[in-house]
Amino acid sequence: MSRKIRHNPMGIKLNRRNFLKGTALGVTASALPVKKADAGFLDTFFQEHFREMSKDEIEEVLTRLEKEYTETYKKSVSVQATPPLPGVVFGYGLDLSRCIGCRRCVYACVGENNQSRDPQIHWISVLRFKKGEKWSDLEESEKYYNPAKVPEPGYFYMPVQCQQCKNPPCVRSCPTQATWKDPDGIVVIDYNWCIGCRYCMAACPYGARRFNWGAPKVPNEEFNPNTHYLGNRPRYKGVVEKCTFCVQRSRVGKYPACVEICPVGARKFGNLLDPQSEIRYAIENKRVLRLKEELNTHPKFYYFFAT
Amino acid sequence: MLDFFRNVAKTVKPIFIGHKYYYMWVGFLCFFMFLGLVAYAQQLYQGLIVTAMRDQVSWGLYISNFTFLVGVAAAAVVLVVPAYLYNFKAIKEIAILGEMLAVTAVTLCILFIMVDMGQPTRVWHILPFIGAMNFPSSLLAWDVVVLNGYLIINVVILGYVLYQTALGKEYSWQVIGPLIILSIPWAVGIHTVTAFLYNGLAARPFWNASILAPRFLASAFCSGPALMLILFQIIRKVSRIEIKNDAIFKIAELIAYAMCINIFLLGAEVFKEFYSGTVHKAHVQYLYFGLHGNTSLVPWMWWATILNITALILFLTPRTRENFLTLNAGCVFILIGVYIEKGMGLIVPGFVPSALGEIYDYSPTTQEILITVGIWAFGALFYTLLLKFVIPIYTGELRFGNKGEPSGQEGYEERVKAQEVPAKEVYVD
Repeated sequence: MSRKIRHNPMGIKLNRRNFLKGTALGVTASALPVKKADAGFLDTFFQEHFREMSKDEIEEVLTRLEKEYTETYKKSVSVQATPPLPGVVFGYGLDLSRCIGCRRCVYACVGENNQSRDPQIHWISVLRFKKGEKWSDLEESEKYYNPAKVPEPGYFYMPVQCQQCKNPPCVRSCPTQATWKDPDGIVVIDYNWCIGCRYCMAACPYGARRFNWGAPKVPNEEFNPNTHYLGNRPRYKGVVEKCTFCVQRSRVGKYPACVEICPVGARKFGNLLDPQSEIRYAIENKRVLRLKEELNTHPKFYYFFAT
Repeated sequence: MLDFFRNVAKTVKPIFIGHKYYYMWVGFLCFFMFLGLVAYAQQLYQGLIVTAMRDQVSWGLYISNFTFLVGVAAAAVVLVVPAYLYNFKAIKEIAILGEMLAVTAVTLCILFIMVDMGQPTRVWHILPFIGAMNFPSSLLAWDVVVLNGYLIINVVILGYVLYQTALGKEYSWQVIGPLIILSIPWAVGIHTVTAFLYNGLAARPFWNASILAPRFLASAFCSGPALMLILFQIIRKVSRIEIKNDAIFKIAELIAYAMCINIFLLGAEVFKEFYSGTVHKAHVQYLYFGLHGNTSLVPWMWWATILNITALILFLTPRTRENFLTLNAGCVFILIGVYIEKGMGLIVPGFVPSALGEIYDYSPTTQEILITVGIWAFGALFYTLLLKFVIPIYTGELRFGNKGEPSGQEGYEERVKAQEVPAKEVYVD
């Protein structure tokens, strides 16, 4: 990996944030009285890159965010930063012969991951193709199909979400290292570090990344209070987000919401390093394909045909 | 120290003094800047949702303008090379005007990037040391380095030459030479890096063609000099600066060569896409013929093609190249043609059809257009003020002096008479 996390060779953590904050406070204090709200704003403004913060600093940030979200959504919100499990690399399987295009996964994902309802953001796009016509280049896909009943005769469906590439072009392109691949293979985003340049969106061959064009809105009663810092916590206007294999669930041993909701069992999920896992079984025994393999992104998202 | 402030005051003074038309022009630009600012305030408040950009087409008018302006900035080198290295005297005298244009264009590039950002207050995250710049992995980080470097190089050259001139001294080649030589590959660099920014994305077959960087350079050497030719004619009309026809025709000749290469490279690309006819053809097809009834770029692209070819003919023929009516028409054609081709015609089809095959017919909103016009108005104002500040120094009307010595407008006539400062030979070394 090309990214570096800077460490002070003396073993003393250089606290850039406090230094900058001190300077800024020094400057502003002379001009205006600093209110509590201003201090919160400054804390947010000078917050360091997630991977450069110490455990204590992360704790401080999580507490601040929990307080902020609890006030906003009028319910007790927890913000975790559960680290990747050792010896785990997540892989995902999707059985194309089973998918019926019902989009339950799309809306389960929206609910679990607190995607904005207005403007609407969906991390999963279900593409519909006409049987017998070309489909592997995705150009003939239809995303906005709307029949009374699915599956429709003569069509098949292919849901697409973040493919959690082993060689992710989005991570390479991000100018601020705001997105990176964790050791369990999940590509995550620090919503407090993203500058909203959208270069990652141009770089993603799977159209997986979503931008908050407006301020995201989630009704209080629908807000999922069990959140992860790098996953489903509330996003800001002007930052990029995407599927994280439900990092808040998968890192504590649960299935992602889309896997759990799928009525036909088309979605499989597990540890690629575990020879006994369901996903390994699918890869070893089924006909498997990955999207746009010619781009060498090595997705950890496997489409297969069970029947 | 006191002298320093007096000198600063003296150089700033001409900015506030001018003809009635000057004030009108400044007022006119301020009006559009104000409209742009209002639109930007709205964008800051509501988010980029006020633009027509969406997840499918995630870059639009702002990045298009950015790309075009990087070309204009790079083209300054066209003047700098013959001016300083080959000692082509007619151009050398006006090289400084090209450098000013480069400084203005890079400033506008940075502004266009700023208005395109979702979180502009976090811009420091991209800086090395205090932020977490993803260098050398991200091409956008490279672009930040080369664009700011180019800005600094040109500001230093400009500042040094002007300061020495204002003191009535010759500039020293030892000081400025290495910087000027550095600025030449650097100008090529800013445009190459900007091309690589798009070129490196395997996800976008329309940009992922190795011909992109050469095409960028070729079109830059059309649009940049074309803009300069028009500016030169305005400048020599409204100021005492004399710009020889020689210089103008020489630059026009350079444009003709650049346009030949530009059209050839474009043709090579169009041939490859249509003859091989793979699925990647969809993007070029969208650009020139439309896709599934979505044709918003088609008329623009055909106009761009017609204008570019007409301009090529005008500039290739010596008679039309050396006639100011046809020359200026050609310049305007090139500016419009390249602006379309290298702006929206380059950015938007990269996203249409999208990575998942979706077609989103992007066309900018009023806010987007107002912000864009506002930034251009700022650029025009910036260049105008620079000129107001530079021209008196350049023509020798303004000289830094010590107390008691005749300086400024009052002393100008005497000094010219006394042959103390030959106004037109400031740049001879």
